[in-house]
Amino acid sequence: MKQFRSMTYPYVAWISVMIVAPMLLIVLYAFTESGNEVLTFRFTLENFVRFVTDRVFLSVLWRSLYIALVTTLICVLLGYPIAYVIAQLPGRSNTTMILLITMPTWVNMLVRTYAWMGILKDDGVFNAILSLFGIGPVPMIHTSFAVILGMVYNFIPFMILQIHTSLDKMDKNLLNAAADLGADRVHTFLRVTLPLSLPGVVSGITLVFLPAVSSFFIPKLLGGGQYVLVGNVIESQFLTSGDWNFGSAISLIMAVIIMLSMYFTRKLDVSVASGGKE
Amino acid sequence: MDENKKTGIGSRIILALTLLFFYFPIFYIIVFSFNDSRSLTKFSGFSLRWYEKMFSDANMMQAVIYTVLIALIATAVSTVVGTVTAIGLSKSSKVLTALVERVNDLPVMNPDIVTAINLLMFFSVLAVKKGFLTMLLAHIMFCIPYVMLSVTPKLRSLDPNLIEAAMDLGATPFQALTRVIVPQIRPGIISGALIAFTMSFDDFVISYFTTGNGVNNISILVYTMSKRVNPSINALSTIVILLITVVLGIVNLIPILHERRMKRR
Repeated sequence: MKQFRSMTYPYVAWISVMIVAPMLLIVLYAFTESGNEVLTFRFTLENFVRFVTDRVFLSVLWRSLYIALVTTLICVLLGYPIAYVIAQLPGRSNTTMILLITMPTWVNMLVRTYAWMGILKDDGVFNAILSLFGIGPVPMIHTSFAVILGMVYNFIPFMILQIHTSLDKMDKNLLNAAADLGADRVHTFLRVTLPLSLPGVVSGITLVFLPAVSSFFIPKLLGGGQYVLVGNVIESQFLTSGDWNFGSAISLIMAVIIMLSMYFTRKLDVSVASGGKE
Repeated sequence: MDENKKTGIGSRIILALTLLFFYFPIFYIIVFSFNDSRSLTKFSGFSLRWYEKMFSDANMMQAVIYTVLIALIATAVSTVVGTVTAIGLSKSSKVLTALVERVNDLPVMNPDIVTAINLLMFFSVLAVKKGFLTMLLAHIMFCIPYVMLSVTPKLRSLDPNLIEAAMDLGATPFQALTRVIVPQIRPGIISGALIAFTMSFDDFVISYFTTGNGVNNISILVYTMSKRVNPSINALSTIVILLITVVLGIVNLIPILHERRMKRR
């Protein structure tokens, strides 16, 4: 089987160069002073200290986490009933609905966000409808509302699909069994359906929270220039102010936050799954 | 759950609102791409002027060509490399497999922006001029893990004795690979290629940071042009939507047609 094993060598070489080396580079930059030559590194924690002591950057971090959390919460609260209703549909309309929900996600995310810009503008469609009732114009674009709406719109399909999958996989006999044993619909839902669908909710949460916390074009397009999230700070460090060391440190902080939250949701996922089996 | 149960009125309302929410922005773009005026609120008449403008806009046409070209090359390369590597790994030690899978996780799990600046710094340190080539390399990099994620499960469900059997019967390793393994895992390869294509076609963040020298894809163009009202973007978006719908339609139709043909036989 040696011939087959050697088939992996080119890719191992490729990932060492294209994935591992760049990752090490960012760590190196995050821990060194700016402006020094490649061969004379001066190690420092200055970049991290600057981030944690600067009020502005901390408030940006909090705002990003807050927006991502609110987005995730809305996606769970709206996504669960939608997934539930779809899972109740008979066979063919079930698959059709899932296809209809997947379709928009294949359309470029930037294009979809751009569409919301036109809808939410002061002279946009929403305000035109409101003005028919003599209301407005209500400022919508360049507010938290617009940013959260854009994020929910872009990311809620992931939540719906995950929850739907776990509801669909569920053994339907369990529901009949619960009914036979005298449980009413509310009890069946709370004691059987909900616990069994929690793994789907948990993986949905990761799939929404991760892109939400790091997104930078949704806040830029829908929140306007003044609405800064972590992603925007990183962008400006690399593309305008050119402080790569500081930018690397922020990216590293974000990567660590994300890896940690992945780790905890996976742990949660395992405990939820085993809890369901017992 | 009995199949005959009627869908309640509440459920119908939820489904209708869901579809309205998802499709409203998309129809909005399509409708206003045919608007006669620059306005994004008042539809003043049907016209194709924004399409004319789009086709005569060299920047836009160039972005479309770059997007399609990069998506095609990245899909082809990442499908071949991803499939070959996944097959190789299925015959390799567990340690190597685990190691490659962990490294593959990095671009999949990391936020796009982190992957993007990793590559930006890497290319700059090596003094590679950013442009078409760097963007293509970046796309190949983030597409391969998705191909492998889609091929590997198919390989796991494959009988491990299949290759030995083929080679005992006189097949060369290459023949065993192309005549035995690849046909067995074809569905995984196709869905991997499809994921790779759409990932590349839709990518904004990584392209934005790894390109240069005036090479733009559709996403970057929309991003940089969106600051001012420009209905040609609607026309371009409509074409993108149309293209994706056609590709998806074909992909979803193929298994149905295939099934029918099999039944007829």
